[in-house]
Amino acid sequence: MPVRELDGRPVWQRRTTRRQWAIWAGWLAGVMLFVWCWKLMTGRTIWAFVWDAPRQAADIGSRMLPPRWSYIDKLLWPLWDTLNIATLGTLLGIIIAVPVAFLAARNTTPSALFLRPVALFIIVASRSINSLIWALLLVSMIGPGLLAGIIAIGLRSIGFVGKLLYEAIEEIDESQVEAVRATGASGAQVLDYGIVPQILPAFAGISVFRWDINIRESTILGLVGAGGIGLQLQASLNTLAWPQVTMILLLVLGTVLVSEWVSAKVRHAVI
Amino acid sequence: MLRLDNLAKRYKTGDHALRGVSLEVDRGQIVGLIGPSGAGKSTLIRCINRLVEPTGGKVYLNDVELTSMSGADLRRVRRRIGMIFQEYALVERLTVMENVLSGRLGYVPFWRSFLRRYPQADVDKAFALLERVGLAEHADKRADELSGGQRQRVGIARALEQDPELLLIDEPTASLDPKTSRQIMRLIREICEERSLPAVINIHDVLLARMFVDRIIGLTAGEVVFDGPPAELDDAVLTRIYGAEDWTAMQTAAAEDAEDAEDAAAAHGGHVRRAAEGERPEERLAGLA
Repeated sequence: MPVRELDGRPVWQRRTTRRQWAIWAGWLAGVMLFVWCWKLMTGRTIWAFVWDAPRQAADIGSRMLPPRWSYIDKLLWPLWDTLNIATLGTLLGIIIAVPVAFLAARNTTPSALFLRPVALFIIVASRSINSLIWALLLVSMIGPGLLAGIIAIGLRSIGFVGKLLYEAIEEIDESQVEAVRATGASGAQVLDYGIVPQILPAFAGISVFRWDINIRESTILGLVGAGGIGLQLQASLNTLAWPQVTMILLLVLGTVLVSEWVSAKVRHAVI
Repeated sequence: MLRLDNLAKRYKTGDHALRGVSLEVDRGQIVGLIGPSGAGKSTLIRCINRLVEPTGGKVYLNDVELTSMSGADLRRVRRRIGMIFQEYALVERLTVMENVLSGRLGYVPFWRSFLRRYPQADVDKAFALLERVGLAEHADKRADELSGGQRQRVGIARALEQDPELLLIDEPTASLDPKTSRQIMRLIREICEERSLPAVINIHDVLLARMFVDRIIGLTAGEVVFDGPPAELDDAVLTRIYGAEDWTAMQTAAAEDAEDAEDAAAAHGGHVRRAAEGERPEERLAGLA
């Protein structure tokens, strides 16, 4: 308590003098670290390239414009594939994530000692591996194509949906559950009346949010051969067909805008 | 009817919530359970329907022993014990009707409750109960659209939908204003009389308890320190239950509050609503006092 006596009156300060000096020293150390890092970082930079960057950017820009509008004919079908990968993958993820979430939530798990750690491990494992890495693994296992993309998206979604959902389950109001149990309801009925109504808005919001993320992720899965519009992107990049790349990026931008709008609408409607 | 035999509860933390409580409640008797916070009132009523597991003693309902039951047997007993909660404990996102029908969960199979296909007799009963508690036109509203007093009425209807033999009521008025508190207590009292239902009401407000119950049990630190009619609840007994306090001044002030509430109710056309709840509550109140 940094309260001192000064002329017989108590004086209050936020910190003791010693503590204040320690904090200033901490800031000084931070600034020194930044300066050192800056030196290290710029020491390996070839400045000629950096000064040249605006010219290079203008060069690529000029080659990218105008977009090759007619290329859209060849893109609509891969775009449809991409949407399907995202949607089916999200569904797959949700179907697996819901039971996992109930096993992982402290207040609904049937066995805190055994099943809960298993469920938590599934969630962490799924979250720690990026969709692109999942796709890479799956393409080498089950071959290129849409199926690999769908499963990759699904596996990555389990962790996301499972984690957010089990946190929602742990935050429910237990008094409502207690009241349903007091009526003589069975376990399944307690779940249906006491728990599900409380987590339904969170569930809808999480699912739509993940679907929105998955649309963005599925646009690049083609880079590793897992189907969708990414295949066209890779082909165009490899042949330096910049106007086509522009066209693809514009189309992806449009799709993401639409999916964001849909997910915002749905979340607004359920809450 | 209901008999507790040396009921004890010790929580894992080592706190003795109940230290050997024994009592009997007869058919149609309304018992008010009073005592300071932490005296074990909530634990006591939750031990009766086993929402809390007692660590010692026995509970008998109609001479059937409840403390050793489990699974389907326990659920069959629970469905005959209606419970009303302090914060209403309605399922907020379900409709009023679904909340009332959830009182039948112990009777219907899962598929019926899941598809909300309750037997017509249950639905008839739910409508009649909503009519009785004055919420007939609110059946389709979501529970979170109702006011506190209305929600507690839904809670009462849900408990009655169970066809209970016993009501357990945990602080029914703690979240309500003085006027609504009286209306709710009056409604509970009337319903218990209509059906000669016994009730155990856990209540903070000594004056409300004195006004609406047949018998008062004072609980302090998990032990019964008073058991008798409300008339015997004098300052000495209150001091024994709660500790020293100027009880006379408190009661005078509270009585004035109650009068103010009644006056305000009359001034705001509250008498219209009150007439809908039951006939001549003042008369019955006078009879009680």
